[in-house]
Amino acid sequence: MKKLLLTALLVLPLAFFAQAQKTNKAISSPAAARDQILEGKKVYSKFCASCHQLDGGGVPNLNPPLSKTTYVLGDKSRLIKIILNGSNESLEIDGETYSNPMPQLDILKDQEIADVLTYIRNSFGNKATAVTSPEVKAQRSKKK
Amino acid sequence: MIIPLLTAGIFCSLYAFKNNPSAGRQIHPPTTDPDNAGLKLPSGFGALVVADSIGKARHLVVTKEGNLYVKLAKPVKEKGIIYLKDKNGDGRMDEQSGFGNYGGTGLYLKDGVLYASSNDEVFSYQLDEKNEVSNQNNPSKLITKLKKGRQHDTKSIVLDNSGNIYVNIGAYSNSCQEKDRTPGSPGMKGCPILDSAGGIWQFKANKLNQSYGDGIRYATGIRNVVGLDWNQQNNTLFVMQHGRDQLNGLWPDLYDEKKSALLPAECLYMLKKGDNAGWPYIYYDQYQKKNIQAPEYGGDGKKEGSKEYINPALAFPGHLAPNGLLFYTGNQFPEKYRNGAFIAFHGSWNRTPEKQEGFYVVFAPFKDGQPTGEWEIFADGFAGTDNVMSPRDAKHRPCGLAQGPDGSLYVTDDVKGTVYRILYNGK
Repeated sequence: MKKLLLTALLVLPLAFFAQAQKTNKAISSPAAARDQILEGKKVYSKFCASCHQLDGGGVPNLNPPLSKTTYVLGDKSRLIKIILNGSNESLEIDGETYSNPMPQLDILKDQEIADVLTYIRNSFGNKATAVTSPEVKAQRSKKK
Repeated sequence: MIIPLLTAGIFCSLYAFKNNPSAGRQIHPPTTDPDNAGLKLPSGFGALVVADSIGKARHLVVTKEGNLYVKLAKPVKEKGIIYLKDKNGDGRMDEQSGFGNYGGTGLYLKDGVLYASSNDEVFSYQLDEKNEVSNQNNPSKLITKLKKGRQHDTKSIVLDNSGNIYVNIGAYSNSCQEKDRTPGSPGMKGCPILDSAGGIWQFKANKLNQSYGDGIRYATGIRNVVGLDWNQQNNTLFVMQHGRDQLNGLWPDLYDEKKSALLPAECLYMLKKGDNAGWPYIYYDQYQKKNIQAPEYGGDGKKEGSKEYINPALAFPGHLAPNGLLFYTGNQFPEKYRNGAFIAFHGSWNRTPEKQEGFYVVFAPFKDGQPTGEWEIFADGFAGTDNVMSPRDAKHRPCGLAQGPDGSLYVTDDVKGTVYRILYNGK
């Protein structure tokens, strides 16, 4: 009985994990999303972390946080446009405003933007769908 | 470690005993907090929290009665200047009121007049014989229509002894790039920002409705200043510049992350009329001890800048964000502090992925109106942790400095709105 219980304890979480993986698969394309998150983290360290910080917390009064904000979790096209066009207007999050401009980072490739946004949307307490390279491409062509 | 702690403990208890409050009597000096308000101080010093949770507390002044005016970055309940009084004389403020429905940073008191700034105007309030403001809703508007970008928009103020007021107008840019803060973007030729910002302007302290046409650009090439003070020993203006950001982020081929965390220096400048400190064309490298050409203007990290730009009087490590400067003229602290400079560092954000640094008050000794070249951390522990990776980890961040009538040093914090008083109780 004891053995059975122990086995159950060990196996059950694994089963749940497998189930969770399956659910993920159903939403977006799976291993690809994981790769995107890994690649996105590299882009984040190079282009984003100095202002938005490694923990996505931003800098009070200067650079907005990226955790659980509608800018990050909401409309993907708005988010993609912030990267492609930059932003230099006061945006308010939880009653606080942030004064530094967001540079235009259209030097990044479609895939790099998709990766970094997928990383951001799945880090710092965020959980949201992946951003794909065609979605970035669509916004970039609209811009032109 | 234990022995100094014990000694400090015994000392504090004795001190508390000596100052045991008795009814109605002015207690002076006050008892310090048992943990010195969480601050680490040199031996013989103690601290207490005199006010808390008042808002984003920026610069402050102390009246000769020991009451405080504090400027808030953002008004709380439509009050942008908080007036704090100590009714029972225990050193802790127990009556709070306020006025001035505008956010800002600058506050200065001289000869019975309180001067305060919003982010684009400067006002003055006449004080009565108790140093209280009677015309709270009708200040005189001294200066108006100052340039206010989204970055570096605060206006710090100080007066000289000849009826002039000096106002910092920060550059609304990091390094005057064609595309601000964008990797690889070159600097604008003849940086156009400098005509109305990126410097210190001088106006008359008693004239109404002045703007650019009425003042003079006293000194230029200064990216942004929050802490400034008038040195009474040599009758000269000193300012602390916030140096440029993101050498690595914008120019990764020239600067690695470690270099970028330490460069450029945060500079203390002694300013004379007409001085040019060189922003955005140069920055000061505290290791090479030279003004170095900025990468936006053809620099490579080694090429020296033009000789027309002044050198700093003193250079500190990069990105510490100096928000308060005060020349100490009191008698309470030991002799070495007299006429020296206290600098409140708000703490860095631009050192990622390295640990953030600052979040302390530094002391730099002066001799005959010039810094000796040394400096030391005077008050530390505001952040509540030694390991600030992201500025949000810091519980308190020092901002404004003021000297009390008894020579105590006051420090504001603009995170929680705490006001600290540091005093010397050693022998």
